[in-house]
Amino acid sequence: MERSVVVIGAGQAAYQTVASLRQEGFGGKVTVISDESCPLYNRPPLSKSYMLGKMRSDELLFRPLSYYEEHQIELIVDRATAIDRDRKVVSLASGSEAPYDDLVIATGARNRTLSVPGAKLGGVLGLRTLEDADLIKERMATAKHAVVVGAGFIGLEFAAVAAKSGLVVHVIELAGRALMRAVSEEMAALVCATHKQAGVCLHFNSGIERVIGEGGVVTSVEITGGDVIPADLVIVGIGAVPNDELAASAGLETDGGILVDSQLLTADPAISAIGDCARFASTRYACSMRFESVQNAADQGRFVAGRLMGKAGNFSAVPWFWTDQGDIKLQMVGLCSDADETVIVDGPAPKSRTLLAFKAGELISAECLNSPGDFMAARKLMEAGLSLSPTAARSDGFDFRAWAASSIKAHNAPPAQR
Amino acid sequence: MPKAIFQHPDGTREEIDVSLGVSLMQAATQNGIEGIIGECGGGMTCASCHVFIDEKFLSVVPPISLAEDQSLDFTAAPREHNSRFSCQLIMTQAMDGIEVRIADPQM
Repeated sequence: MERSVVVIGAGQAAYQTVASLRQEGFGGKVTVISDESCPLYNRPPLSKSYMLGKMRSDELLFRPLSYYEEHQIELIVDRATAIDRDRKVVSLASGSEAPYDDLVIATGARNRTLSVPGAKLGGVLGLRTLEDADLIKERMATAKHAVVVGAGFIGLEFAAVAAKSGLVVHVIELAGRALMRAVSEEMAALVCATHKQAGVCLHFNSGIERVIGEGGVVTSVEITGGDVIPADLVIVGIGAVPNDELAASAGLETDGGILVDSQLLTADPAISAIGDCARFASTRYACSMRFESVQNAADQGRFVAGRLMGKAGNFSAVPWFWTDQGDIKLQMVGLCSDADETVIVDGPAPKSRTLLAFKAGELISAECLNSPGDFMAARKLMEAGLSLSPTAARSDGFDFRAWAASSIKAHNAPPAQR
Repeated sequence: MPKAIFQHPDGTREEIDVSLGVSLMQAATQNGIEGIIGECGGGMTCASCHVFIDEKFLSVVPPISLAEDQSLDFTAAPREHNSRFSCQLIMTQAMDGIEVRIADPQM
């Protein structure tokens, strides 16, 4: 009897799992259940080149649809409504069922919505799917004023696009600064300075009190303190909530995500969870983590495919991330939240900056502004399990990239040559 | 329609159409060429679209930026003099018929 793997998901993690299964030589049945009518496409361009009109929607697909036929991957556009763990069957909204031997839940996350008066007016939009992006693009064609709620990655990426497109842009952020969750204060300040130069207005320690409209469509927003800002378009980028309800209904443990171990398995040995929806036991950080990133989704998809083909080991990928906001390219590797020391390494060009963060003398993260070379060096260094001391990083004439390149080379050299 | 030829590590070759203005990485993934991953979608962040350009075409490819040059020092497969990221190789008429060898490993 042929072994069957079913993947529930419409995004990066789902795509990577099925692609990797075939690449690893899995010969059984592979099914992916996607609840988006355009399945398995790249989301990052939605807030960047696609929003700017520089990409067609077919260019967003990870692979053309023919790829799935050629690799005998069954692509079902439908919504999973229940998982029967005893019968090992996924029920779909259409009434069909998908039986599995192994199930991978990659249901992703959904945007948090505003809960203030007027939040349901036309023109108040989130950005996650192709459908969202098309709605926003349509509105942007005639809008003059955009208000962005939340100075996170999505909010600031959109703000840059809107400013470039000639709109007046106001960003409203509850915290005292931008990019609170994942970026250091120093870097966030540099990023915001560039946005200000592009004419974006940033309001911190400020929230939306209500959305005001006319004829069912937004015309302005009132913020903390009473100011009213004109708005034809309100983009809400206030974070995401993992889609863990399907798993919870099936009796799997969830807690801000589907709980999985260091092999990305739930308590049910036939069920894994990966990507934005999964909270996993990180061996790297000795605690439970949930990342919302392309790297995490892709690496976890690859890992589970490998595990299903018999590969041993724990998931221990180094997290990395990037954001493109107008002229800003910010790339990050590792996590900086626990840092006790930082060292700045200036890049070769003006407006480039690399910030290395350390904890107890070990390199834990790098934030690289317009310095892709430094980012690559830091990422490969950390992936090789190598470190660097802050003292060395501060030394006169220290060349981070050259040092990283030679350390990695020495690390990779066969034992006799070390 | 301009063409590009990708050579796999095992020696097999695949020829695909690449429209002007499209990167070799984009064309490769859209045409199901295995071995070009392009995980970051062309943002020079993932280093998983590494190729080696055939000597004949070295003079017709777009010039290499400082950022790409620096990043190529860290590819999984060791850098060679003709290494480039295929997401930076945007097709032009002069590049018609370009031959590239897919680097292995990409990660």
